[in-house]
Amino acid sequence: MEELCTGLCSILVESGAEAGLALFLSLLVGVLLVSGVPLITVILLIWIERKVAARIQDRIGPNRVGPVGLLQTIADMIKLLSKEDITPTAADRILYNAAPLVSFASVVLLWAVIPFTPFHYGVDLEIGALYFVAIASFGTLAIMAAGWASNNKYALLGAFRVVALLVSYEVPLVFALLVPVLLAGSMSLVDIVNAQNGMWFVVLSPLAFVIFYISSQAETGRAPFDLIEAESELVAGFNIEYSGMKFGMFFAAEFLHVFTNGIIMAILFFGGWMGPLYYESPLIAFVWLGAKGGLIYLTTLWLRNTVPRLRIDQIMAFNWKFLVPLSIANLIVVSFVLKALQELELAPRDLLNAGFGELLPTTAILLLFNGAMIFYLLGILRKRGREARRESQAARAEFAQTAHVGGH
Amino acid sequence: MNVLNEWAFVGLFAVMAPIFPALPIVIAWLFRPRKPNVLKSSTYECGVETIGDTWVQFRVQYYIYGLIFLVFDVEMVFLFPWAVAYNEMSLFGFVAGFLFIFLLTDALFYAWKKNALDWK
Amino acid sequence: MELNAISIGFVVFTVFTLGGALGVVATRNLFQGTIWLMVSLFGVAGYFVLLSAPFLAAVQILVYIGAIAILITFAVMLTRSIALIKARYIRTLPNFIASLTLFLILLLGVTIPIFGPHSPESIPEYVASTRDLGAALVDENGYVLPFLLASVLLTAAMIGAIFIARDETT
Repeated sequence: MEELCTGLCSILVESGAEAGLALFLSLLVGVLLVSGVPLITVILLIWIERKVAARIQDRIGPNRVGPVGLLQTIADMIKLLSKEDITPTAADRILYNAAPLVSFASVVLLWAVIPFTPFHYGVDLEIGALYFVAIASFGTLAIMAAGWASNNKYALLGAFRVVALLVSYEVPLVFALLVPVLLAGSMSLVDIVNAQNGMWFVVLSPLAFVIFYISSQAETGRAPFDLIEAESELVAGFNIEYSGMKFGMFFAAEFLHVFTNGIIMAILFFGGWMGPLYYESPLIAFVWLGAKGGLIYLTTLWLRNTVPRLRIDQIMAFNWKFLVPLSIANLIVVSFVLKALQELELAPRDLLNAGFGELLPTTAILLLFNGAMIFYLLGILRKRGREARRESQAARAEFAQTAHVGGH
Repeated sequence: MNVLNEWAFVGLFAVMAPIFPALPIVIAWLFRPRKPNVLKSSTYECGVETIGDTWVQFRVQYYIYGLIFLVFDVEMVFLFPWAVAYNEMSLFGFVAGFLFIFLLTDALFYAWKKNALDWK
Repeated sequence: MELNAISIGFVVFTVFTLGGALGVVATRNLFQGTIWLMVSLFGVAGYFVLLSAPFLAAVQILVYIGAIAILITFAVMLTRSIALIKARYIRTLPNFIASLTLFLILLLGVTIPIFGPHSPESIPEYVASTRDLGAALVDENGYVLPFLLASVLLTAAMIGAIFIARDETT
């Protein structure tokens, strides 16, 4: 019995608790500790989001409640508590109420596998990376259920568009995710971080990171892919019939999802807790992870507040005709080059124990290939952009001419 | 930690996770005002009363995207074990995985050429 | 303790699986039926976890809840309002006999092996990992042919589906 327990559990057993109960209690404490991190950060995130958006738009943002408006979110929560919660009579009550819960829970559940430090994490699942993708699909289902249960044409149409967007962008997301899995030779997130001891994966395959970044921006429904908030065409989208705290939960889930994806990207591509002195104390390791994740999160906010929304046909064309082929090509190139290097004995077969110096030739060659691909891509994009510009100019000129003739 | 204990943790997490968002909703349910009326709880669309059924016929394009996604989803499921075993794999194994990806890329190009990827 | 946790899990997932299946049969609403089906398949994913096959559990959730559920809903929405089908044809007796026969066949198929020569095996010392699975999939003495055939099958499925679902007007 005792070998099942670790830490707190064995203390409880020694103090005379029954083994099963002790295990349950220690697991419960673990769950509360791990889930506490996202639940506390989400309060802060809403403030950061609003403040950053305000600064980018040359406003001040929340600054009245508490020091620099830090307590604004608390005030908002109290306001939301006192709001009337309208359930439309036409709605399917069970699904309507369950959808916001599932939506928020699917994001919180992601934190179970996130390694905060080398020793502190919820669980180190063998299939960690796949868990991340699988749990995210509950969020998609929740949006679908919300749209359908509202029994509203706009909500249903919005939900369908968002779901089509989410499933489409999951393809490049997973193909990009396969690159770190392949490099580390493991799906466990702890192993993936450890494998970046010699070199961060973002250096080995920058293109995979860019693809992952773009598609996770779409997965969280942020601009330029923010069909989720199509105010101008569908009133609001799938959450149009939601009000009060239930609407707040969709809102909080979205904010938390963006930050969670930032942390995931830090783990997959930026070496997670790795950084100077991380082995000195778990706190330093934790700060490194938070700093990297936070920085990526801030760039997504920057992007969100800078670019306009794309039309749905443009979004779909961009995904299926550009991002998906690109992500497949990237996977093929990275795996091919690395295999060739391994066969020539230039690259180590086990990144877990490979040092910085050992990885230098591999890094240089992989970077070279990635650079060549990016260069080629930019060439294509420039050509297409020039063509599109010429077409629109021609169309405008033609229009001006006909208007001129018509004026006479 | 024992493998099953890991999953007991995930299971407990899955039970607890919906409770966190449920808590504020239940608290709100205790405090919020309740003044429903017929107009308020009718379907909110655009100010005009809603016409007909919500269940409008959707275009086939959604289904095609869903189908292409399903094919890629199953492909990715096969590629995950391949990627995990990649480092210890022989050249033969690598080429087999390569062929696997190549065959499915074919399907993507077929869809592209048949204009199945266009949002119509 | 360990046995206890497994049996609790087994009961919970059985409730999910059977309850979900019952929901699929009982509801007349196609969308709710889809959701119930997902509850049932989620229970099956739980079984995979209990059998120390977490990879298959994740696959179950990824493919069924992530993709099949979406596909079924899209397919349902392609049809015109059939949310509330009133039974068009009621042939209670033939239906009852057919489903009873099917149920008996399934019941016998599941229970007979219990009395056969096979004794239940305990979990082996070494449980194959995802890495072993990946290595076996592309091993020349392993499953490389089925692996590549799966790819051909998926390609064929996609081409066929696009051919059928394609809009003829364009």
